[in-house]
Amino acid sequence: MEKFYYDNAIVRKFALATIMWGITGMLVGLWAASELVWPGVNLTSWLSFGRIRPLHTNAVIFAFVGNGIFTGVYYSLQRLLKTRMFNDTLSNINFWGWQLIILAAVITLPLGLTTSKEYAELEWPIDIAITLIWVVFGWNMIGTIIKRRTQHMYVAIWFYIATFVTVAVLHIFNSVEIPVYFMKSYPWYAGVQDALVQWWYGHNAVAFFLTTPYLGLMYYFVPKAANRPVYSYRLSIIHFWALIFLYIWAGPHHLLYTALPDWAQSLGVAFSVMLIAPSWGGMLNGLLTLRGAWDRVRDGVVLKFMVVAITAYGMSTFEGPLLSLKSVNVLAHFTDWIIAHVHIGGLGWNGMLTFGMLYWLIPRMWQTELHSKKMANQHFWIATLGILLYTIPIYWAGFVQGLMWQQFNPDGTLVNKDFLETVTKLAPFYLMRVIGGTLYITGATMMAVNLYKTMSKGVFLANEEAEAAPRVKNYTDPASEHWHRGVERKPGKFVVLTLIVILIGGAIEIIPTILISSNIPTISQVKPYTPLELEGRDIYIREGCNNCHSQMVRPLRFETARYGEYSKAGEFVYDHPFLWGSKRTGPDLHREGKGNKQNRSDSWHYSHMLDPQEISPGSIMPSYEWIIDDDLNTSHTKDKISAMRSIGVPYPEGYEDKVFDEMGIQSAGIAERILEKLKDEGYDQSDIEALQNKEIVALIAYLQRLGSDIHNDPNEDK
Amino acid sequence: MTSIDGIEIYPVISLVIFFAFFIGLIYWVFTTNKATIKEVSQYPLED
Ligand code: HEC
Repeated sequence: MEKFYYDNAIVRKFALATIMWGITGMLVGLWAASELVWPGVNLTSWLSFGRIRPLHTNAVIFAFVGNGIFTGVYYSLQRLLKTRMFNDTLSNINFWGWQLIILAAVITLPLGLTTSKEYAELEWPIDIAITLIWVVFGWNMIGTIIKRRTQHMYVAIWFYIATFVTVAVLHIFNSVEIPVYFMKSYPWYAGVQDALVQWWYGHNAVAFFLTTPYLGLMYYFVPKAANRPVYSYRLSIIHFWALIFLYIWAGPHHLLYTALPDWAQSLGVAFSVMLIAPSWGGMLNGLLTLRGAWDRVRDGVVLKFMVVAITAYGMSTFEGPLLSLKSVNVLAHFTDWIIAHVHIGGLGWNGMLTFGMLYWLIPRMWQTELHSKKMANQHFWIATLGILLYTIPIYWAGFVQGLMWQQFNPDGTLVNKDFLETVTKLAPFYLMRVIGGTLYITGATMMAVNLYKTMSKGVFLANEEAEAAPRVKNYTDPASEHWHRGVERKPGKFVVLTLIVILIGGAIEIIPTILISSNIPTISQVKPYTPLELEGRDIYIREGCNNCHSQMVRPLRFETARYGEYSKAGEFVYDHPFLWGSKRTGPDLHREGKGNKQNRSDSWHYSHMLDPQEISPGSIMPSYEWIIDDDLNTSHTKDKISAMRSIGVPYPEGYEDKVFDEMGIQSAGIAERILEKLKDEGYDQSDIEALQNKEIVALIAYLQRLGSDIHNDPNEDK
Repeated sequence: MTSIDGIEIYPVISLVIFFAFFIGLIYWVFTTNKATIKEVSQYPLED
């Protein structure tokens, strides 16, 4: 027998961070939710919806759940392997590095420093930091596995390994971007390819950051809390391999009816439907672990949280395949239905499992009883009620709005011609969401108080003594020895096998689209953006307009009737990054440009950006005074042109020298058209000069270009 | 997709990989030794 000590100090650090960032991230979400009820809450540029929606998603995913993952992994890994972590310094670099990355996100996202790609918004210097810290985590974990005392790797550890490997692959492939300057980059991919890679990433971030690590935690903490082994270990082997194999193919279900090639869409649907099998296998395995122990669920708060978490997992993984069916997707896509879906996952699965885990861990590490069981039970009920009050109205909102978009009059015109009519309808649902969210946060705060009191009365055990026999070297199974026994004992082999399994689906899905440009029919009229439009596009990205506006008119009658000609793959070939969006809180903007259906004037856009509620009463779009007031920063314009050329946008050599002249001509034209309309008392050259250098002019230039190229004469060279 | 040379082989390869994977998995699960399973599934309970 060897004596050694588990490191609880690192678990404590991550646990405290989980609680703190959890409440912070949820509060940011509450703020964003409030902005959709009371647009006046968009108090400043850095608090505006387009900027803090990504802050909310990043905070809850990477700060709350991320720290939750590390808490659970650092606790369970040591115990499942009967050893202390490989290296305490690496543990601490992992901890502090991760917190610094979060801090960088908290600063940069409200400043509008973003790549615009969902759940990958952080700019390139932070991307590099994430890579380094992730490697530290993996190194520390695999080092621990190598020096273990147990013979085998319990299935929870398989899930941790898959998480490490896959997140690394996803992060690297989705972050192929070229830096333009500090905190600004353009992705290597454009348009359809960029969209495909992004949603391959986005979907698998859900799979391998929000799901697999938490399944690992489930396989450890549920048996622990119920004090009985998992229902079927064989089932967990199937669960693991089938899940990681199938998940990676399913990304394109985020892009149904878009300009993505049909075969990729069909592949995505087929695999999404198959995913239900391993997911439900896993859910049943978790729930059946509790068979005959339901009295423990009734009496202990920890298992209550876990049961709701696993049930929510089952619900989301049933709903996910459902949403991938084209007929359901038509209705649900771009609506609040998806928001409700992810909150069943986020609040239910991740949130409740984290709470259960914390209520179990903290008293143990502080060697005491929970301060108040009653308060924990109240938290449970408030949180459950909060989830219902959040999701039911938001499902309803999605449903209502989705149907409203589709309604036709007998004469073939749209019933709700004005998009805004479908927005104002949602106000009561949005208000209920604010209430539901408030309840959920109240519960989380009660937990923080309860756990704080628990910590104060207990004594923290930083190094927990344990004993185990050393591992037998050159061990072979007493019974028959199959090839997979080796894999199950050798972390190196296991990593490689996992990598192969997840790369298969990824490769089949992505390689054809990346390598073969003939997949995307070119449209000869489509030309690169002018420098002014490019700057306007970067303002659009900075403000996160894509969080409320899509740029993807689907080839469906109710879409083309509302927006005009549907979007073609060839129209996006110069879009680094693509800006298709995933949620329509406002209308689609792909046909917002000149010559299309809306055909708004420059001055209309000017007045609308200044005060949307004035132009569109009842609008929930923030007003963008600062874009009107601020001068456009052109110090990087030339670099942007060069950067774009280096990734394949055909700006002629030496074009940089003409950039400012061209910008001047285009911006003066827009300024003049605005002044003509808005200055009744007349204007002069100095007014034009004052206005043409403002950010708003660049933004309008971009908006007017959107989806307008197809109207040009194909024979005319622009 | 039709514009890509030799693309017909693509779905065939996908299907083969797919079946091979699940046959391998079934083999894995059924050849795992009962005693080992029992031992490993107790791991979380032994602190
Ligand atoms: C909180 C969500 C939200 C954000 C963020 C947002 N919008 Fe909007 N937007 C809306 C809504 C809702 C409408 C429809 C009502 C209206 O006309 O104001 C709208 C309408 C528009 C329209 C008018 C479309 C038309 O022709 O009827 C334009 C153009 C527009 N937004 C551009 C932008 C730009 C550019 C940004 C970023 C700087 C932005 N929006 C950010 C919600 C948003």
